[in-house]
Amino acid sequence: MKILLMGNPNVGKSVIFSRLTGVQVISANYPGTTVGYTRGTMKLGDAEVEVIDVPGTYSLEPTSEAEEIARKMLQTGDVIINIVDATNLERNLNLTLQLLEQDKPVLIALNMWDDVTHKGIQIDLKKLEKLLGVPIVPTVATSGQGIKELVESIPLARAVKLPPKTRAERWTDIGAIVNQVQKVTHRHHTLLERLEDASVKPLSGVIIASIVLLGAFALVRLIGEGLITYVFDPFFNNLWAPVIHWLSNALGGKGILHMILVGQVNSGVIDFETSMGLLTTALYIEFAIVLPYILAFYLMLGVLEDTGYLPRLAILLDTFMHRVGLHGYAIIPSLLGLGCNVPAVLATRILESKRERFIAATLISIAVPCAALQAMIIGLVGERGAQYVALVYGTLFTVWIVIGFILNRLLKGASPELLIEIPPYRLPQWRATFQKLWMRALGFLKEALPIVMAAILVVNLLFSLGVFTHIANFAAPVITGLMGLPKEAVIAIVLGFLRKDVAMGMLAPLALNSAQLVIASVLLAMTFPCIATFVVLTRELGMANMLKATVIMIASALFMGGVLNLILQAA
Amino acid sequence: MSDMKLVTLRKMKAGQSGKIIEIHGGQGLVNRLDALGIRTGGTIKKLSSMVMRGPVTVQCGRTCVAIGCGMADKIIVELDSNKDENPPDGQS
Repeated sequence: MKILLMGNPNVGKSVIFSRLTGVQVISANYPGTTVGYTRGTMKLGDAEVEVIDVPGTYSLEPTSEAEEIARKMLQTGDVIINIVDATNLERNLNLTLQLLEQDKPVLIALNMWDDVTHKGIQIDLKKLEKLLGVPIVPTVATSGQGIKELVESIPLARAVKLPPKTRAERWTDIGAIVNQVQKVTHRHHTLLERLEDASVKPLSGVIIASIVLLGAFALVRLIGEGLITYVFDPFFNNLWAPVIHWLSNALGGKGILHMILVGQVNSGVIDFETSMGLLTTALYIEFAIVLPYILAFYLMLGVLEDTGYLPRLAILLDTFMHRVGLHGYAIIPSLLGLGCNVPAVLATRILESKRERFIAATLISIAVPCAALQAMIIGLVGERGAQYVALVYGTLFTVWIVIGFILNRLLKGASPELLIEIPPYRLPQWRATFQKLWMRALGFLKEALPIVMAAILVVNLLFSLGVFTHIANFAAPVITGLMGLPKEAVIAIVLGFLRKDVAMGMLAPLALNSAQLVIASVLLAMTFPCIATFVVLTRELGMANMLKATVIMIASALFMGGVLNLILQAA
Repeated sequence: MSDMKLVTLRKMKAGQSGKIIEIHGGQGLVNRLDALGIRTGGTIKKLSSMVMRGPVTVQCGRTCVAIGCGMADKIIVELDSNKDENPPDGQS
């Protein structure tokens, strides 16, 4: 048996899915968080049944790729649980009536039931159940209330098979239903609602956006640096270092195994940043430099997602985003890209047109550095002074705008207009927010750590075989001639294909001057996205478009490297 | 109050509300707006609009929606006449 969870965007399908199956999924307070679908299983009596979290859709007439997926999946389901936002009955019933026209058993979860009273709404459940002809269970997915009853009601799901209606007829029916079952009493505007209004007005909106973004940035830095200084660095220096020294001695201080595990030892001192061993540099980069920023970034992103601020930011930035061929909502995948480019490219599915998805994905993979790379940039470049970090970010931002502007001019068509639902503000539920952070951090370690280990291993082996000398000599004209970098830097750039953070770490032992470090950072950010992003780009855009994006990437990276070299090092 | 005041959604002022008379758009646009509850005959309230041809935000029933201003140009609204609905709480 296959159970489908269907409903409008942002009504809590993913949270109900987690409650039913125990499978953790990312949820957030904006329409379109779920762009693919997630499967899980649950026990129903003695049977094991399949549950599918379907992307949200307003109607069965699809208008975006995510909705198209939803429509196709509908045919495969045996039972449909229609999740309805109880605080917005009228609009949600539009999909409900369309689902009831299908020949599928349906039951309804009337979610956000706790918000109904806060908003001064009264709903006559019995009457609604009678009018629709299917079981209705009130639920509060975030607290788990009503989930047990929902599961018990699954066998009661009924196919009512309403006669097909036109849109106008449906709205008339909905109006009649809502009039009979819902009473709304007026009440004062809450503080959150006043903030909702203020954040989409031009002047107050810009002020709020500046405060939110600067605040988020400052907090990410504060939390990231705090974790490094007070947690991870002390751990490595005080607890891990003695273990490594003991191991180094036990291995006799040299030999191939020592080189792979511990790496270089300079007069008895092991520098975690530059020794290039599996147990030293690989672990140190991932845990003491990158992980703290991953935690800080995803905590802030989680809070921004769950409050419902991001769609409002999209409205404010819409006019600006049109200049680069996108509309405001593209800011959401772009922000996700600051964490990791892979989910960001996936999230471009919330954009309507192929053109827009191509532009957004290309810009993300070229000019939006992931958190791992940013952590390394802040660590390595930051040592030379904040102005150099600003230079890297400023360059990338300029590249983002310029490439977007050019693509917007070159590609046929125009950027579609914004049309999005704005969710109400909600206070983050800390448990859920931290659970999401935990999932993302764990996901990061699981994906990154094996590749980091492999990358460091490969580097060590290739070094000892002398392969790198050949590559370096081969690339010297471009790297040294055009970019003004030592030829060994090419190894870092090649390695960037595996992981950007390790690649950045490779620059540490090269003793670059500050200008060279800036150039190398920009190059690393712009050239090949890591292999995982490459795979997802190919899957999402198709081979031809991925190759197009790659050509743009290589051309712009060479160009920017050259320009920066001229500006920074010509004198 | 016989004279009907027809304006486009874009020309409406923030805070005004009215009834949608017509949507000058292709079937695709009409479908997408309909799915969000914005339809001919429905009531709509304008909340705000951004400068420089930015999007317009509206409330339709209990749903808030942001609409690009080109689309807002295509939505014709009959303004509620004499709209001075006294605020329910004494503030203003």
